[in-house]
Amino acid sequence: MATSGSTMNGSEIFFECLRREGVDTIFGYPGGALLKVYETLYDVTDIRHILVRHEQGAAHMAEGYARATGRPGVVLVTSGPGATNTVTGITNAYMDSSPMVVFTGQVPSTMIGNDAFQEADIVGITRPITKHNFLVKDVKELATTIRKAFYLATNGRPGPVLVDLPKDVMNSECVFNWPESVEIRGFKPTIEPHENQVRKAARIIAKAKQPLLYIGGGVISAEASEALRKLATEQNIPVTMTLQGLGAFPGDNPLSMGMLGMHGTFWANQAVNNCDLLIAIGARFDDRVTGKTDTFATHAFKIHNDIDPTNIDKNIKVDLPVVGDSLKFIEGIIENLPKTKTDRSEWLGQIEEWRRQCPLTYSIDETSLKTEFVIEEVSRQTEGNAVVTTDVGQHQMWTTQYYKFRQPRSILSSGGLGTMGYGLPAAIGATFGSQERPNVLFCGDGGFMMNIQELVTAVYYKLPLKIFLLNNHFLGMVRQWQELFHQEKYSFTDLADSNPDFVRVVEAFGCKARRATNPEEARAAIKEALAYNEGPFFVEFQVIKKDMVFPMVPAGASISEMLLDRLNPKTMV
Amino acid sequence: MKHIISVLVENKFGTLNRVAAMFSARGFNLESISIGETEDQEISRMTIITRGDDRIIGQILKQLNRLIDTIKVTDLTHQPHISRELLVISLKLSKSTQHEIFELINVFKGKVVDIKQKSITIEVVGTPDKINTTIDMFRPFGIKEIARSGTVAMNRGDQ
Repeated sequence: MATSGSTMNGSEIFFECLRREGVDTIFGYPGGALLKVYETLYDVTDIRHILVRHEQGAAHMAEGYARATGRPGVVLVTSGPGATNTVTGITNAYMDSSPMVVFTGQVPSTMIGNDAFQEADIVGITRPITKHNFLVKDVKELATTIRKAFYLATNGRPGPVLVDLPKDVMNSECVFNWPESVEIRGFKPTIEPHENQVRKAARIIAKAKQPLLYIGGGVISAEASEALRKLATEQNIPVTMTLQGLGAFPGDNPLSMGMLGMHGTFWANQAVNNCDLLIAIGARFDDRVTGKTDTFATHAFKIHNDIDPTNIDKNIKVDLPVVGDSLKFIEGIIENLPKTKTDRSEWLGQIEEWRRQCPLTYSIDETSLKTEFVIEEVSRQTEGNAVVTTDVGQHQMWTTQYYKFRQPRSILSSGGLGTMGYGLPAAIGATFGSQERPNVLFCGDGGFMMNIQELVTAVYYKLPLKIFLLNNHFLGMVRQWQELFHQEKYSFTDLADSNPDFVRVVEAFGCKARRATNPEEARAAIKEALAYNEGPFFVEFQVIKKDMVFPMVPAGASISEMLLDRLNPKTMV
Repeated sequence: MKHIISVLVENKFGTLNRVAAMFSARGFNLESISIGETEDQEISRMTIITRGDDRIIGQILKQLNRLIDTIKVTDLTHQPHISRELLVISLKLSKSTQHEIFELINVFKGKVVDIKQKSITIEVVGTPDKINTTIDMFRPFGIKEIARSGTVAMNRGDQ
């Protein structure tokens, strides 16, 4: 490690700062504005640079890496198109609160504003999609700016931060000084929840007869899963989770009700609408969760803990807001709860009754395949312990329903933005982050094509990633809406005539590939894929075309109005 | 209802854009915004006039706070405060109207900043209400051009 006080150029300072931030992996793609940086990188041995094939891939990989490990993902791309190609990935990370630092090359500072070759105002472009961003105008500010970028990305509500690096700044020299501490006067997140609010919350929780925990991704970012498990199991409080919250509480625990909302379980949504106390932790009352807001949990007293005050009262007015870190909140609750426990057997019995009324179910025959079956089979064979990445669409929702996530940092899925093409690169990033558990990707035939170039990355680095393609030859979720709400006009969603032969394409990338068309082949292919660790393993599951995800809350409807199946759409309650 | 919000921000390029972009991205009303340096040249004061119900205003205050470049956000609406706006107005001038115009300038404690044969330019400082009244009163003489600064405001007293 270089010492503070020595003279270095911008590129050397850059890598020295990454080292001091503990960065071991960066996802990048070289270009003109970054030539000096890549020249320096040539001799860097302690930071692994992953060469992607498209900058969008780099951004999603960095996010996948961040979500799997909890450490910030780092992206390095050139100016202009290199920078603009990361925009979707940055927006995705912003919506899902993933810590990420994106470094973009920029034209020399003297040429900024002249419409120079490969110039784009990336700071202007990314202002609304980053937590914050910086243009470094002087090499003397470089170290401090990088320190601030990592600090902002990882403290308070995590999010993406972008640092724009003009070419001349990276070439020029200065005395390197590593700032030991960071002072940003406009950024003072509330970490400690207000003591009185916590005590009040504990009193209310202790007395509630029909409480419900509604858990979001904030619990996972705050590393509060263990505390949550303690609170729920000791107090007998059922737990429902958002897409990002899955895994925060073990899916195989009887108190787990799975996901709530649009494609949530019937019993979870019933519980929301019948509970007397809703305890929202690290969740943001997204429209996919609440459905029609004025009928959402109308009988419940609502407690809401979140690290970001803007989430409070944004979509749903709550009765007791508690801004602060979710781990500290949950620990504070546990500490303040009385020894005596309220009997909740009647409430849990009622939930069990709802579960029996409308369980998650699908039919199976030995000649055709369904996505639900594939996901459930993978869940069974991996015992719910895989790190599962999804793309966006039907398979994503079925993953939430049929994969039993048992630990945090197990589902990586584009929730807020719903980015098709997220799956493959994010799964690759996750696999770079950790291989302690099996890394599995579920992807549709639409989304797989959107970043298929990154298969090169997986093959080149021999990543033991299991790529499970659920091919229904359709943009399935759009098709489902077209069937239900648009007079079965399947406008540009049928891919059957245009999809390539996926197995041959994947083999051409140098990746192992199998195809399965029935349950028996599927079981064998999953087993083979899970046993293979020499590189990526691809399986195309040819699933039936017209399957639909149920139950479902139509957009804008109340979550008590669930469609339970295709033939018999009836309004519940 | 109308709210007057004072925001201390980092005096850096892009800060005004971050604030304005947040208003447009979230669909908040932005009636006027004015910005200038404070006694500390690293800090600027922004005065924002906006409208909304309690929920919207609550969100606006929180979203403003969330921006990294904002240092302090104060809703002055229900606090004792001073708010001022500068009006520069240019009017048609003739022998028959000049007497009346000068009387009005006195009434509004305005100042003549430019005068020609057929036109007169006046500056008036006051609360936004007073500025509106001023404009209404001058209108019959024939307004050639108007420039308004937008409101600047701060707390009264030792707060």
